[in-house]
Amino acid sequence: MASVYEEQTHIEQIARHTIAILVSNEPGVLARVIGLYSGRGYNIDSLTVAETDHIAGLSRITIVTTGTPMIIEQIKAQLGRLVPVHKVSDLTEEGPHVERELALIKVVGTGEHRVEALRIAGIFRARAVDSTIDSFVFELTGSSEKVDAFINLMKPLGLADVARTGVVAIARGTEAL
Amino acid sequence: MSNNEMTGAAIIVRALIDQGVEAVFGYPGGAVLPIYDEIFKQNHLKHYLGRQEGGCLHAAEGYARSTGKVGVALVTSGPGATNAVTGLTDALMDSIPIVCLTGQVPTHLIGNDAFQEADTTGITRPCTKHNYLVKDIADLPRVMHEAFHVASSGRPGPVVIDLPKDIQFADGIYQGPEEFEHRSYQPKTDPNTDKLDEALRLMANAKRPLFYVGGGVINAGGEASEDLVKLVRATGFPITQTLMGLGAFPTDDKQSLGMVGMHGLYESNMAMHDCDLMIGIGVRFDDRVTGRLDAFSPGSTKIQIDIDPSSVNKNVRVDLPIIGDAGKAIDYLLKNWRAKKMKADASALDLWWKVVNKWREKRCLSYTPDKNIIKPQQALEHLQAAMEKDAREYYVTTEVGQHQMWAAQYLQFRQPHRWMTSGGLGTMGYGLPAAIGVQVAHPDALVVDVSGEASFMMNMQEMSCIAQYKLPVKLFILNNQWMGMVRQWQELLHGARYSESYTDSLPDFVKLAESFGWTGMVANNPGELDDVIDRMLSTEGPVIADIRVDQKENCYPMIPSGAAHNEMLMGPGAVQDADVSSAGKALV
Repeated sequence: MASVYEEQTHIEQIARHTIAILVSNEPGVLARVIGLYSGRGYNIDSLTVAETDHIAGLSRITIVTTGTPMIIEQIKAQLGRLVPVHKVSDLTEEGPHVERELALIKVVGTGEHRVEALRIAGIFRARAVDSTIDSFVFELTGSSEKVDAFINLMKPLGLADVARTGVVAIARGTEAL
Repeated sequence: MSNNEMTGAAIIVRALIDQGVEAVFGYPGGAVLPIYDEIFKQNHLKHYLGRQEGGCLHAAEGYARSTGKVGVALVTSGPGATNAVTGLTDALMDSIPIVCLTGQVPTHLIGNDAFQEADTTGITRPCTKHNYLVKDIADLPRVMHEAFHVASSGRPGPVVIDLPKDIQFADGIYQGPEEFEHRSYQPKTDPNTDKLDEALRLMANAKRPLFYVGGGVINAGGEASEDLVKLVRATGFPITQTLMGLGAFPTDDKQSLGMVGMHGLYESNMAMHDCDLMIGIGVRFDDRVTGRLDAFSPGSTKIQIDIDPSSVNKNVRVDLPIIGDAGKAIDYLLKNWRAKKMKADASALDLWWKVVNKWREKRCLSYTPDKNIIKPQQALEHLQAAMEKDAREYYVTTEVGQHQMWAAQYLQFRQPHRWMTSGGLGTMGYGLPAAIGVQVAHPDALVVDVSGEASFMMNMQEMSCIAQYKLPVKLFILNNQWMGMVRQWQELLHGARYSESYTDSLPDFVKLAESFGWTGMVANNPGELDDVIDRMLSTEGPVIADIRVDQKENCYPMIPSGAAHNEMLMGPGAVQDADVSSAGKALV
């Protein structure tokens, strides 16, 4: 008897989804979400969390995750099952949305490299938020791809340090979470 | 002091009473002493002292499973809480409503590695439906009531409330359950009627329909089971039940095909494989049910009714998922099937029953009795006959292993909440403490723990608890001196190399029983069997019946790991021939 698992050749398409979760801002809520991901073997590509409504005590978690359609469906159902979760929204599935990431990028160098770094920063609309004689810290906002592209360009120009927030996202149009 | 001003410990006990709690299963310790002091001062709820916290949790589970009410456990911090983890996980896997109160070191010591400190909320987060750490006395009444709401609504499950000792001493204001509504947790229970109409249409057109029901129907309450019986009668369809669903429909009814799954009945598994419409209600397509996934019921349209969206499309892609309470869904299906005068395809159904009855003729549960050795199947058949004759209602708990599967196959359950077994987690040592909870909830009923000698020894300390409260639990040990299921798998997959599966140095169970003030008896051969069963049932108080059964007997039918429903092993001859794939071997 050959193995069923070895025979299974068709592989379901793995897709990237951005999921927004509205939760009660209470102790342990982030641990519940992360524990769910690690316990069930799901992927987290990026995660951001902050309180968004102080009076109602609500926080918004944005998770970028990958998986087959069946896994993505499971992830949403499992998140929805958590008691402090108010709403789960799959922005990727529900229509057009805006995704943004903020990065702080430190570039160290002098001479031509320094000039080139500044020139590229201008093209990317990155702001220099700190400077010394031989370094810049750029602040850049944009899609993850744009941030990736900028970081790649900085590599030969003295890239020293990167801090990224991870993706935050919101639906376009009038719909609110 | 006004009526509602009281200490945290008093708030806790008052909240339990207001939630209708009558029994608490617990074990005291430093971090819960204020609560125990409050319990001492009142007469509304009764505390049952277990002998280890693990036993207390299973007792609470037995209470919950046999009543449908929330089971309550009370344990101390640190080791008390960690001992509770198995029972909590068990309750989570089988969707059993439990509220477990755990003591905690005072808030200012949390995180300091204090004596008997454990990160209880951290440890129990993945094994509870929800948990709370109460750090402010003002939150306590709300958390207490919310815990009962969360444990018992939607898909039920265990909830832990971690209670630092200073909170138990602090003064607060009690508020009743009616003053709270949960902010985020409002599970959807009303099923979509358009989808139910679609289900009815599929049912009327099906050629080979099959109901497949599980624990969700039992959790939906007694009315759900009553309506299910009417619906199954009205449609004339066959029905199969999961291990957790036994009793949701009378298992010995002529429309019942018995249990489905790894050790399910031949007719049940074949019907699952060959049906063209599967009506799943309160089931989760567990791997013990489905067997090999890509060969699972290949030709069927699948309907799944479940209250938990995460149970849908988890293992098996279904065609018509319906989210909602099983009871409400069954009620709608029944009313509309009748009101619209719907009829099944009679000629197709007739043909389908002919096929099903052909499978039944295989008589998959037949075994060869022996003149000198008691067969475990025989012991259970005789037990069933005796329980049948007994005037009392019978409730059965089990441990985990071969005896559990045999009990599921050979005992009959005609009502929900009569069968208490550890299904999802498979917890050896579950049955004896669970029987405590069942007997406490049903003092006049006949409560039998069908046990194996190995499982029993995992929580045998609870014999002392049973003796203390004079609970007339009957412990029916199918004693084969082996961890039978382990041995069976070693035969199947590991060349009969019986690594560590023999139980050496067993106690004399009769003397053991007597040492706790129980009655002990032993049956060595088939001639003694009926007499021992009769004496077990007629003896007042708790009894151990040590039934010495065939050491070599294995549990069939069996779907080996990685095989499909129509590839069952029917008996010992098949084992040697079984060629289990390498991937199959890796599955448990």
